[in-house]
Amino acid sequence: MNAATRLKLPPVVMPEQDPVDRVHNVREVPLGFTPAMALQEAQRCLHCPDQPCVKGCPVGVQIPDFIKAIEEGDFAGGIGIIKQTNLLPAVCGRVCPQEEQCQMTCTVGKAHRDVGQAVQIGKLERFLADWERENHAAVIPQIPPSTGKRVAVIGSGPAGLTVAGDLIKLGHAVTVFEALHKPGGVLGYGIPEFRLPKEIVYKEVSYLTELGVDFQYNTVIGRSLTVDEVRQDYDAIFVGSGAGLPNFLGIPGESLLGVYSANEYLTRANLMHAYDENSNTPILHGKSVAVLGGGNVAMDSARTAMRLGALKVMVIYRRSEEEMPARKEEYHHAVQEGIEVHFLQNPVEILGNPGGWVTGLTVQQMQLGEPDASGRRRPLPIPGQISNVPADVVVVAIGNSPNPLIPAALPGLGVNKHGGIVTDEETMETSIPGIFAGGDIVLGAATVILAMGQGRKAAGAIHAWLTRATEVARS
Amino acid sequence: MNTIRKREELGPNVIRYVIDAPLVATHRKPGQFVIIRVTDDGERIPLTIADADPAMGTISLIVQSVGKTTRQMSMLKPGDVIHDVVGPLGKPTNIRQFGTVLCVGGGIGTAPLYPIAKGMKEAHNHVITILGARTRDLLILEDDMRNVSDELIVTTDDGSYGAKGLVTDAIRSLVNGGTHVDQAVVIGPPLMMKFTSLLTKELGIPTIASLNPIMIDGTGMCGGCRVTVGGQMKFACVDGPEFDAHEVDWDSMIRRLGTYHTEEQAAAERLDHECRIGLGTQESR
Ligand SMILES: Cc1cc2nc3c(=O)[nH]c(=O)nc-3n(C[C@H](O)[C@H](O)[C@H](O)COP(=O)(O)OP(=O)(O)OC[C@H]3O[C@@H](n4cnc5c(N)ncnc54)[C@H](O)[C@@H]3O)c2cc1C
Ligand SMILES: Cc1cc2nc3c(=O)[nH]c(=O)nc-3n(C[C@H](O)[C@H](O)[C@H](O)COP(=O)(O)OP(=O)(O)OC[C@H]3O[C@@H](n4cnc5c(N)ncnc54)[C@H](O)[C@@H]3O)c2cc1C
Ligand code: SF4
Ligand code: SF4
Ligand code: FES
Repeated sequence: MNAATRLKLPPVVMPEQDPVDRVHNVREVPLGFTPAMALQEAQRCLHCPDQPCVKGCPVGVQIPDFIKAIEEGDFAGGIGIIKQTNLLPAVCGRVCPQEEQCQMTCTVGKAHRDVGQAVQIGKLERFLADWERENHAAVIPQIPPSTGKRVAVIGSGPAGLTVAGDLIKLGHAVTVFEALHKPGGVLGYGIPEFRLPKEIVYKEVSYLTELGVDFQYNTVIGRSLTVDEVRQDYDAIFVGSGAGLPNFLGIPGESLLGVYSANEYLTRANLMHAYDENSNTPILHGKSVAVLGGGNVAMDSARTAMRLGALKVMVIYRRSEEEMPARKEEYHHAVQEGIEVHFLQNPVEILGNPGGWVTGLTVQQMQLGEPDASGRRRPLPIPGQISNVPADVVVVAIGNSPNPLIPAALPGLGVNKHGGIVTDEETMETSIPGIFAGGDIVLGAATVILAMGQGRKAAGAIHAWLTRATEVARS
Repeated sequence: MNTIRKREELGPNVIRYVIDAPLVATHRKPGQFVIIRVTDDGERIPLTIADADPAMGTISLIVQSVGKTTRQMSMLKPGDVIHDVVGPLGKPTNIRQFGTVLCVGGGIGTAPLYPIAKGMKEAHNHVITILGARTRDLLILEDDMRNVSDELIVTTDDGSYGAKGLVTDAIRSLVNGGTHVDQAVVIGPPLMMKFTSLLTKELGIPTIASLNPIMIDGTGMCGGCRVTVGGQMKFACVDGPEFDAHEVDWDSMIRRLGTYHTEEQAAAERLDHECRIGLGTQESR
């Protein structure tokens, strides 16, 4: 097939659960490609020699190669190619902001002047990963003989899982310490079931367990074990403790009953299964829910509220649609599900009744001013334009900061002004030799693939460090 | 999985459990707590570590059965397991030599108070303890507290034991009698903590209180345990659970405790029903 023919092929539409039905369940919304659909979508790729898509992917997945494998019907080969650079394709295929990464730079989208027309790289990645899982085709690699070195990984989010996977395959012993009772970090407690089925996350973890990674749950490093104790028992440490510190707005009314941080709301719903009527976890089922923020966290909270039976769900965002950081697909799904998105509204106060329960909020109408340091146009209040919005549950979803537990437990560890751990950019080594860090604890709230990318760098550096240590010991 | 080694009823609906939790036992300090899940689909609830035996690798928890989870726990026997125990969480109590330390415990609050009183005693303080209960039967740990206190005063609301009245009455008469107190620690029902701290503020006694808001993770991740202290938002699980009692916004904290009142009642009723028809509980297995 020549390029001109390929360019004419329309994107294959992935079937989805109908919006009317899906707001009554927590099952995944996009249903996945059949092999025939995947083959058809793969034919849209032009196999550009300069591979702009690969440059757009933070971990450099060999995109044209895996798409070619799909086109040739070699699914096992395709997944093998992805896994050379990406340990969690079933996750990334679903949650990467592709329209800002691999698909943004895709030639096909560029040719149509519409990123929505780009080759659907994420969906193809998901297809291969699902195919591998459903066909039990995962290859258990040959693990080299033990190096006798022990590595401690703090946190079982995508950063920690990547480090664990890479190092166990190099023959090092790996223990992952996790504060919660379940693995995955945000993949487990934050991102909802209808976007990332937990079964997928737990399957990846059981794969690592099969490879020999030891998971210790209910263990808070800095409390259950001190960092010094861990240092004594292990040859190197990787800190992947994430950005689990919810930000609040600092406006009046945030202590009212019915005000949640998105983390609490989503943790109750996801990790603690509050969406299930028979669960032991209480959650307030608001009739009218206001979610404050404009990122994935806000969309996830709003869509969760719908599934908890709210009659009206509003996302209140202080900038405009263009600046909104949420993945396009999430925004699109949210709107389909009947969620109202109110742009250019800045909450200034949460209102309550004398019993202390939320009744609504006061918002200030904004307009866009000049671009700020981040390049986004800054919202400015329009004097006098203030109004009240009724709501009985308010979810604050304005982001998270690095979790301070580990930095607080390690005096002398270099941190930046946002509380993130400072590392060498290439090795991910912290100011303390032998302690490495990556993911949201370094970047602040970022993305799954960036966390994994840093995990991969750190694993390489830890391996080099351990090998050097062995050589020094020998000489 | 943490095995229950011992189970002992201290009073009506108050049970002491000794459970295996070696890492917690060797790392905990007075004032810290654990979060447990009784079963695999259970709620996460915080409980203070009342005592620990590092050599045996056990901790003891003293729990009042008030709702679904604590009642489910009360049906467990030695040899049964608690699905998850994580900790120690929270900041330890600031224990040092203050001089005279007044420990005020109300109801189940005596359980978390015990390790603190013991620590204060070991730090060579003169420890005066006041324990309050609605009635004699609800008084717990009297002997344990006596062993770690220089003086022990008991008050009951109905006068069935000790002095009739509230702990605040006892504090006032103690201070009126000329006793100088350098530091007070108060743990009990939120209303009792509120009124005690209003009084000690009036009397000029520095006071710490241990707050018991609703918690989930205990690592600072959810913000559900937020309380207002000195006009600032604090997360009780990582910044506390102990705070300067005179700075705590008690009314807000008390209100937030009632967030799930309706849901909790429904859960307790479901549990009653399951017990009656013989489903789901360890006892009926
Ligand atoms: C609701 C929500 C939606 C999101 N949606 C997307 C999306 O669509 N696409 C995307 O790319 N990104 C998304 N993100 C961001 C993404 O999830 C994170 O960037 C990513 O998970 C960071 O990975 P991590 O491994 O650094 O940390 P985390 O995933 O945060 O994991 C850290 C883990 O460390 C544990 N831990 C912390 N301290 C300790 C300690 N002292 N001892 C032991 N364990 C500890 C924590 O319990 C946690 O399990 C979303 C985030 C949220 C909150
Ligand atoms: C740091 C901390 C330490 C604690 N230590 C102990 C302890 O050592 N022993 C002990 O018995 N309890 C302790 N608690 C309280 C204990 O966590 C609650 O009693 C428990 O969560 C109730 O769960 P439930 O499902 O049985 O009852 P629920 O059905 O959840 O609640 C039943 C009743 O208890 C009240 N309640 C719910 N949560 C709390 C809470 N956090 N504090 C006070 N009342 C509450 C409800 O308002 C309701 O009236 C502590 C709480 C905190 C935050
Ligand atoms: S990992 Fe993410 S950015 Fe990279 S190719 Fe896959 S979906 Fe695209
Ligand atoms: S840029 Fe697009 S068309 Fe070109 S190789 Fe990559 S995916 Fe294929
Ligand atoms: S319990 Fe979640 S932040 Fe304290």
